[in-house]
Amino acid sequence: MPENELVEELDLDQYKYDFRTVDKPVFRTEPGLSEDVVRAISAHKAEPEWMLEFRLKAYRLYLRKPMPTWGADLSDLENVLDKIYYYVRPQDRMKNNWEDVPDNIKNTFDKLGIPQAEQKVLAGVGAQYESEMVYHSLKKEWDEQGVIFDSIEDGLKNHPDIFRKYFASVIPPADNKFAALNSAVWSGGSFVYVPPGVHLDTPLQAYFRVNQERMGQFERTLIIIDEGAQAHYIEGCTAPVYSTESFHSGVIEIVVAKDARFRYTTIQNWSNNMYNLVTQRALVNERATMEWLDGNLGSKATMKYPSCYLVGEGAHGSILSIAYAGDGQHQDTGGKVVHAAPHTTSSIVSKSISKGTGRASYRGLCKVYEGSTSARSNVECDALLINETARSDTYPYIEIDEQSANVGHEATVSKIGDEQLFYLMSRGMSEEEAMALIVRGFIEPIAKQLPLEYAVELNRLIEMEMEGSVG
Amino acid sequence: MSDETILTIENLQANVAAEELGILKALDLQVRKGEVHAIMGPNGSGKSTLAKVLMGHPGYRPTGGRVLFAGRDLLAMEPHDRARAGLFLAFQYPVEVPGVSIANFLRTSMQSRLKEGDELDLFDFQDLLLDRMKLLEMEPSFAERSVNDGFSGGEKKRNEILQMAVLKPKLALMDETDSGLDIDALKVVTSGVNTLRREDPDMAIVLITHYQRVLDYITPDVVHVMVDGRIVRSGGPEVALWLEEEGYASWREDEEQAAAI
Repeated sequence: MPENELVEELDLDQYKYDFRTVDKPVFRTEPGLSEDVVRAISAHKAEPEWMLEFRLKAYRLYLRKPMPTWGADLSDLENVLDKIYYYVRPQDRMKNNWEDVPDNIKNTFDKLGIPQAEQKVLAGVGAQYESEMVYHSLKKEWDEQGVIFDSIEDGLKNHPDIFRKYFASVIPPADNKFAALNSAVWSGGSFVYVPPGVHLDTPLQAYFRVNQERMGQFERTLIIIDEGAQAHYIEGCTAPVYSTESFHSGVIEIVVAKDARFRYTTIQNWSNNMYNLVTQRALVNERATMEWLDGNLGSKATMKYPSCYLVGEGAHGSILSIAYAGDGQHQDTGGKVVHAAPHTTSSIVSKSISKGTGRASYRGLCKVYEGSTSARSNVECDALLINETARSDTYPYIEIDEQSANVGHEATVSKIGDEQLFYLMSRGMSEEEAMALIVRGFIEPIAKQLPLEYAVELNRLIEMEMEGSVG
Repeated sequence: MSDETILTIENLQANVAAEELGILKALDLQVRKGEVHAIMGPNGSGKSTLAKVLMGHPGYRPTGGRVLFAGRDLLAMEPHDRARAGLFLAFQYPVEVPGVSIANFLRTSMQSRLKEGDELDLFDFQDLLLDRMKLLEMEPSFAERSVNDGFSGGEKKRNEILQMAVLKPKLALMDETDSGLDIDALKVVTSGVNTLRREDPDMAIVLITHYQRVLDYITPDVVHVMVDGRIVRSGGPEVALWLEEEGYASWREDEEQAAAI
């Protein structure tokens, strides 16, 4: 498809991913959740017995655990959870050749620019549609070096030993209610293994699309970066706008072996009817580095706190978080760093923008265990309020049990003021142009870390959001 | 020098937006193309208010009179339209814009002046920016710094003049640009302004200042003395010298007497 045609099809004046694909799934469970639904999912995937047991145990845990009473307003969520579809299978089986993906699904991802992105700058691409990965491919050179980039189901099937060793080892089902739910009904997501010493010089990208109404998507991703290896994984998420709520709850487990380096980038741009409750955690070993770059732009309510457990001496964790909360949105995001070894270092930089009735909360934990000598951590969170009605909160939790630790925390809240706007307007910028430039400046330290196409996307989104913010 | 008028202020009155208190009271001023007007006066006389009202600051409300700029009703225009029409204000207290480089800031300012659909030529812009920075004896790396973020007082003022040099206004309001500059910086800034005047002999300047010192470097055509929201005396450069000796006390006494009557 020529590029100009692509642009024409997308309406830039509103949420541009709001298009629905008409299709009929090959299978879906009845709305709502029961033990039968859990069993049906497992049966459809022809899973080994241990996985069914794991799911059922997690399901019972899920039922026992109470809803969180902190964070975003989840008072209506139980109602939503009774009505959604927990498993929707869009096609018979996953494809490794783009041409073989059914047309309606292919067109969806074409519109989102996935194949173009793959050809240009990526080592591999995965695409999830509803509950299943519909496409996965890895460039040959990486395949030859032993890199595995597959759907999570194929990971379980084809690499059972690595899979079973690490699965649920970083985030056990009991971690929280939604980790338990995901463990019961997980479907789709990526399985990544990078062998020792292999440096992927271009990113792997997975794209998550929810198409149908009242959908629950529960992707499960397991990533192992072996000793001295390096890689970057990018995740993007969109959905059409519906009047009913949908639900997305992923679990992302990452192991970064000693001397390895890994970056996980998320640009979450779900439609504003989506609950997005995600658990993401990395285990970071000796001298390894883990970087989370977490962009939360869409959804109705997001609760997501990427975490680094620094378990090896000299491990480093870094979390860059950016949240945008427009009208009716609540982004409850931040990060967690846990220091459990000497000489570990971490930093959290969080920037949030709230506009209209939007609310952005920073929630973060810095924990230093006794014995983590000379651990250092620095937390910086800045909030920008576009107008009087917008809201921002900061909930920093700091727990330090080690005398020699050095932990810093800094928080600022700023408002786009009349003086600032006037200064820019006196140079010829309209009020909207001025606001967009101020916001771009505010997020610049994070935007410059993003892959180019996402930085461009972020800028465009902000310009779009600033339209109509004046008056 | 052309005789054509660029700015006409007739009987201008203005309040602080939230209050009834008048700051500008029946102010008249006429500036022709290419002229330099100095406005001097004590603290609180309304000099900076005049500059802000002319640029359209939302904190002030014009309550009477009219202002024509390049033949247009200035007070009816939005600040950005005033800028696009060729008005410039060098701020007394320039505002920080973290994360936005000077180059990006100026590029956006230039782009905003173009017709919808026209794209600024980035190479031309880069050449212009480097040329203007050379004129003001600035290192090219200065353009990569965030606008006014962590700048010294002198750097902020120089940045204002850099913007003026890039945006090439028809009329520049310079609000106490000289204050906070040491003598070396003052020389660089004023020599830059003088070069701009040579490049564009039609460019007019309204120079707001406390001190006669800056007028040694930028020679005014007219000097106005402003007290309590009015221009009370206008004349040649000799007015500034006279003020330096006498101070503003005599007008204050006149005012107090007038108030007593």
